[in-house]
Amino acid sequence: MKSAQFALPLRLLHWLMAPALLAMLLIGVGLTTTVSSWHTTLLTLHKPLGLGLLALSIVRLALRLIYGAPARRPDAMPVMIHLAASASHVLMYACMLAMPVIGWSMLSAGGFPLPQLFGLALPAMGVPSLAHYVFLRSLHTYVGELFYLAACGHILAAATHALVLRDGVFDAIALRWKD
Amino acid sequence: MAAVPKAAVVVIAATAVTLAAAYAYAAGWSDPGRLTPKKIVLGFQDNFGVHEGYRRNHANGVCVTGYFEGNGVASRYSTAAVFAPVRTPVIGRFAVPGGNPSIQDASSPVRSLALQFSLPNGEQWRTGMNSTPVFAVNTPQAFYANLQAARPDPATGKPDPARLKAFFDGHPETAPFRAWVKAHAPSSSFINTKFYSINAFWLVDAAGHRQAARWALQPEAEYLPLKEGAQAAPNPLQDELVQQLAQGPAHWRLLLQLAAPLDPVDDATRAWPESRQLIDAGRLTLEHLVAQADGPCRDINFDPTILPRGIEVSGDPLLAARSGAYARSHLLRTGEEARQLAAQGEVR
Repeated sequence: MKSAQFALPLRLLHWLMAPALLAMLLIGVGLTTTVSSWHTTLLTLHKPLGLGLLALSIVRLALRLIYGAPARRPDAMPVMIHLAASASHVLMYACMLAMPVIGWSMLSAGGFPLPQLFGLALPAMGVPSLAHYVFLRSLHTYVGELFYLAACGHILAAATHALVLRDGVFDAIALRWKD
Repeated sequence: MAAVPKAAVVVIAATAVTLAAAYAYAAGWSDPGRLTPKKIVLGFQDNFGVHEGYRRNHANGVCVTGYFEGNGVASRYSTAAVFAPVRTPVIGRFAVPGGNPSIQDASSPVRSLALQFSLPNGEQWRTGMNSTPVFAVNTPQAFYANLQAARPDPATGKPDPARLKAFFDGHPETAPFRAWVKAHAPSSSFINTKFYSINAFWLVDAAGHRQAARWALQPEAEYLPLKEGAQAAPNPLQDELVQQLAQGPAHWRLLLQLAAPLDPVDDATRAWPESRQLIDAGRLTLEHLVAQADGPCRDINFDPTILPRGIEVSGDPLLAARSGAYARSHLLRTGEEARQLAAQGEVR
């Protein structure tokens, strides 16, 4: 029988990445809306953090495909709500993987220097192209905003499950062990 | 279902408010007084109009290409690969201040040169230099106030002298810049102009020791003042540059001025004493000129905070502001340009 919880590595990754992803989205917004020294500080944080989150996202997707999700509890949610929840999870995985890839290819298309990793520049993702740069630069903003909205919905839904419905859905991701 | 606990509702509502407030704070909505890249760019558009596809400042310019040859002397102070005795390709842009792309290029006493050095390891060094050793102001806020004070009067099409005077009276830090411009006649050519980094940076050596420095490009061509009456053509400086480069490349020495321990590194209005040590780091050669409409400098954002390892930004607040405002201008103009090119493609 399937466990009622996500596998422990997935739960750990979830709680490690959640604050970093939220911070990342806010850093991205913040660095474009200030001319104070925060601009430089946030830009310096943004790229290595994005690269780190890309690596974690790939690991997380692989683990998610290996371990799967806990079985649906028929008593907890109507099918439609369950489907909506699953779709929102797919959306967030997609955003999580797409954001750093869009950022990376956007810098490549714009001819910007790429971050250095162990003294070597990351390889360019595509050749410089104005049209591609413009498209990817807008996409980086729009997908980021969509991701923040999805994350807000996710957090509020989780809080509702945990505090109001108390239907055990939140336990699936909680760090506390549940038999 | 049991009654919903009040505490739960409070926690959920507080979470929702926090998430919205965090976004509003990051986006600057909660602080309408915050100086943003958008405001600075709108300030330029208010003064000069909207010229789609062009930089919002230093709009009139021309692309150049060439190379820089380091001589290894500056490697003692900075690990940047560009200072080693190697040849580094350079894309540059000569321009004049102002957001109007059809402004006459000799109409301002200030000229600018922006460079992008493409280092062998995928790194870049971008620098935007002016022909004045100091800047008029030393904070983004004063820069914005200066922009607003210089807004053309709709009646005359020119800035209101009284408003400008009031700005300068309230900003004594502008005195060195104004005195310098008054004392130095504008140069007759881009190639006999000395260009300065404006802001200070840190050079970082192999041991991690940081040395504050400014840089300047010292022309090998002799300085000559701009002749009266030479300003009849739309772009006399660009015309002259075409002629000069047709005869052969132009050269500059890259000089690094090293600060003494107490020299200000975060104030672009204060030059360091001329007695400070100068390092000759190598020679810049500019060979070819390409019109900016389809030149290699067109889509480059000459953000002065794009630096190779071995050079770091100082605490000069203008640097972050330049980075933020240039990015905004770049975002707008590349978008406009892509639309223009797509429209041309459809016509074709």
